[in-house]
Amino acid sequence: MTHTKTFSQPQLLRDRLEAVESADSAQAMLDAVEALAELKDEGAVDMLIRVLGYNNPGAAVAAVDGLIQIGTPAASALLNQIDGYNYGARAWALRVLSGIGDPRGLDLILETAAEDFSLSVRRAAARGLGKIQWEKLSDRDRDLAQTRSCTTLLKVVSEDVEWVVRYAAVVGLQGLAIAAIEYGKKDLIEPILSGLKNRVDLDEVSTVQARAQWAIEHIE
Amino acid sequence: MSESSEQQSAQQSMQQQSIQQESGGAPQLTVEQAIANLQQTEDQGDRYYAAWWIGRFQVREPAAIEALLVALQDKQNRDTDGGFPLRRNAARALGKVGDETVIPALIESLNCSDYYVREAAAQSLQALKAEEAGGPLVELLSGGVESALPVEGKPHLTQPYNAILEALGELGTSALIPTITPFLQHEVPQVKNGAARAMYQITGEGRYADILIETLSCDDLQLRRSALLDLGEVGYLPAAEAIANTLAENSIKLISLKGLLETQISEQQNEEPKATLVSNKTRKVMSLMDSLL
Repeated sequence: MTHTKTFSQPQLLRDRLEAVESADSAQAMLDAVEALAELKDEGAVDMLIRVLGYNNPGAAVAAVDGLIQIGTPAASALLNQIDGYNYGARAWALRVLSGIGDPRGLDLILETAAEDFSLSVRRAAARGLGKIQWEKLSDRDRDLAQTRSCTTLLKVVSEDVEWVVRYAAVVGLQGLAIAAIEYGKKDLIEPILSGLKNRVDLDEVSTVQARAQWAIEHIE
Repeated sequence: MSESSEQQSAQQSMQQQSIQQESGGAPQLTVEQAIANLQQTEDQGDRYYAAWWIGRFQVREPAAIEALLVALQDKQNRDTDGGFPLRRNAARALGKVGDETVIPALIESLNCSDYYVREAAAQSLQALKAEEAGGPLVELLSGGVESALPVEGKPHLTQPYNAILEALGELGTSALIPTITPFLQHEVPQVKNGAARAMYQITGEGRYADILIETLSCDDLQLRRSALLDLGEVGYLPAAEAIANTLAENSIKLISLKGLLETQISEQQNEEPKATLVSNKTRKVMSLMDSLL
């Protein structure tokens, strides 16, 4: 996360916000959102969130990337508003929360990884569980949160019908195992390794098998 | 309709199907119901849907296959254009069900008056790896590149060239090189790319796959998507970075990279059956995939 440019460019921010407001075609909208996201400026958060609700997937992808770069302030704003979102905007918001890994969004991310209808949203959530900002939690909360993440990821990695979600869960488990080692939470390592070993042996998709094998090599 | 938009609409209907299943909204078909719906001729909608369903769920049962073969000859279900929608679904489903006894019937369908039936038959023959279809497929190219012209008032050329070339690439031998080479000059990008893909599969020469890599940076999203899928299907490893950097949905780029990875894995295992899944080459592809999640 870089805040170095924040507040140093108020005029630029105003211009680029204005450009999003006045975009009159899908392509103009995409270009304007990309330019706004590039500033990584907190002042862009509200506008980028609004873009998630427009029916413009290209612009939404750019807004998601921009919000992930902005990080915590974007997560705060989304967590305040997400209950009122329709499905489409909610799916994009969950991608942002998963990408930032803000632990205040953990319940939502866990639920999303296990249950969301859209495979690309489950994919992002499973991946996100591997890079939660664990340092923001107290020891006790972190311990519980890591255990819950582990349980969800082990379920997703063996049960999701989509290979890409299982692949993302493998990557999530790798990230979680490395964090668990770092925080001395050793009781997760064995179940994670055994869940990954199970994928190497049994997954019907060789891409998932290979990624699980590589994850084991990372952890060991 | 181009091949990629066909694929897209197939994906959309699969999504609709799983929405219905997940929400419990529409009644689910059972295998028996699907077969019965396909055998009856009263309700055209049910029959059309059943043909799709049997393919989607790969119902490999004699009664289902027999009913699909009957549907492949259907004369009742016509669209305003004189096309045969049910035959199209039946031809697609026969490729998915995976029973080789249907190959002669599909070869016959290559002569159907409906362009989309011919396209589906070519794709299904490819899926069934029907080597005996090589000759009949080459016959559809008999006019050479000069005959590969648009049909007036229709959004397609005289033949489903892309599907034919793809199938030939999968089935073909070096004897086909003189037949396919002229199509590399075709002005319709889908046809040119189909020829490039086939030539790469037949010769293994990277310069043909490079034509597909060039397409990844063109202005047309549909073309970029089909080039991504083509590169994934032929598993051209040097395309990995270019695939990851293409302006398109991550989900399609991931499918494409999965194709590269799995081609590499099976090559490694062909050389040495106990080869590890993880090597410098597979690690590189997996790192790119990780960045797209």
